[in-house]
Amino acid sequence: MEIDRRGFLKIAGLSLLGFIAAPVLYVASRVKPPEQSPIPETLLGKKWGMVIDLKKCWKQDGCTECIEACHRVHNVPRFGNQKDEIKWIWTVPYERAFPEHHLEFIEEDLKSRPIPVLCNQCDDPPCIKYCPTRATWRREDGVVMMDYHRCIGCRYCMAGCPYGSRSFNWKNPRPFIKEINFDFPTRTKGVVEKCNFCQERLIQGLLPACVEACKERALIFGDLNDPDSEVRRILRSRHTIQRHPELGTKPKVFYVL
Amino acid sequence: MYDSGKIMAGLVIFGCLVTSPIWYNALTGKSGYIPKPKIVTDKKRCIEPKEYIRTRHKDLLEDWRESVVRKGIRTYVAGDKKRYTMSLTRTCMNCHSNKLDEFCLQCHNYVGVTNNCWDCHAYPKGI
Repeated sequence: MEIDRRGFLKIAGLSLLGFIAAPVLYVASRVKPPEQSPIPETLLGKKWGMVIDLKKCWKQDGCTECIEACHRVHNVPRFGNQKDEIKWIWTVPYERAFPEHHLEFIEEDLKSRPIPVLCNQCDDPPCIKYCPTRATWRREDGVVMMDYHRCIGCRYCMAGCPYGSRSFNWKNPRPFIKEINFDFPTRTKGVVEKCNFCQERLIQGLLPACVEACKERALIFGDLNDPDSEVRRILRSRHTIQRHPELGTKPKVFYVL
Repeated sequence: MYDSGKIMAGLVIFGCLVTSPIWYNALTGKSGYIPKPKIVTDKKRCIEPKEYIRTRHKDLLEDWRESVVRKGIRTYVAGDKKRYTMSLTRTCMNCHSNKLDEFCLQCHNYVGVTNNCWDCHAYPKGI
């Protein structure tokens, strides 16, 4: 077939139009959701925080109700060894939780007592700055979220977290979960996980599982933006301490001694 | 041409090897297999029209995922203004609760698609 310059230009022009038309048509053909669903009330103008009253917490020796409840609700596996351990809420000795408050001579009581610790849901969380895929981020209500779908398991966030609140799944956790809660996903090998302040329960108007499970009401949860909330009332009237406030992460978990 | 016989024979053998999966499926009758996803439910229709779900269920599920995890919005407003909870295990699996291999995997296996939803999401029946 002979083709002249004019014919060639015509065909070239048409082909170019075709290349442009295809993506335009594709975008135009995408179906958009007809109506935006409402933003849940729990996300609007709130800043969730927690106060842990240690005197109340220590009333019952060896109590692990909050830990059990949390780990049951969130399908946290129990591997039985420290290397693989997954922690959402756990206990550490006083000198590990508050090294800057640990003086040479302290109350005998404090030396042996366990301090419940969890993700501090920092206002300025170091972990999210390290995440290369933005699999972890801070929500408007202050909850530091994890998107397990996006986590690539690089563990930079774990290196970034000064509280050790993040755990990595070295193995498939499913066989190590006693009873699976079908309302919450399990995790898979190669992702990082941590406490999520029970955001899936907050949205249903429920308190976090640990708060609900504590019989002594040692864990108090509420909105830090609301001056009349119980957490704010306690913060006003009692002396509270935080874990590593000097790092400027602005933790949202407060301790009353 | 040198060694044309050998080259031609080699080409024929190569062609046979490359197309062997096609021959294998044709001879064993596997190519005539049509996936038959089974739905066991008393509901009349899916949350969106059947045609939309068939072609776009993956987009829908991805939108749900983004919405629930990243925006915190868990209510889906369907085309007919009905509201549903965005949940794979609680909404989709309410109707498609028969074992995965009878529904999802029927087509997924046929077209050679693998996904890892069920590595993390769990539901009571099967898996």
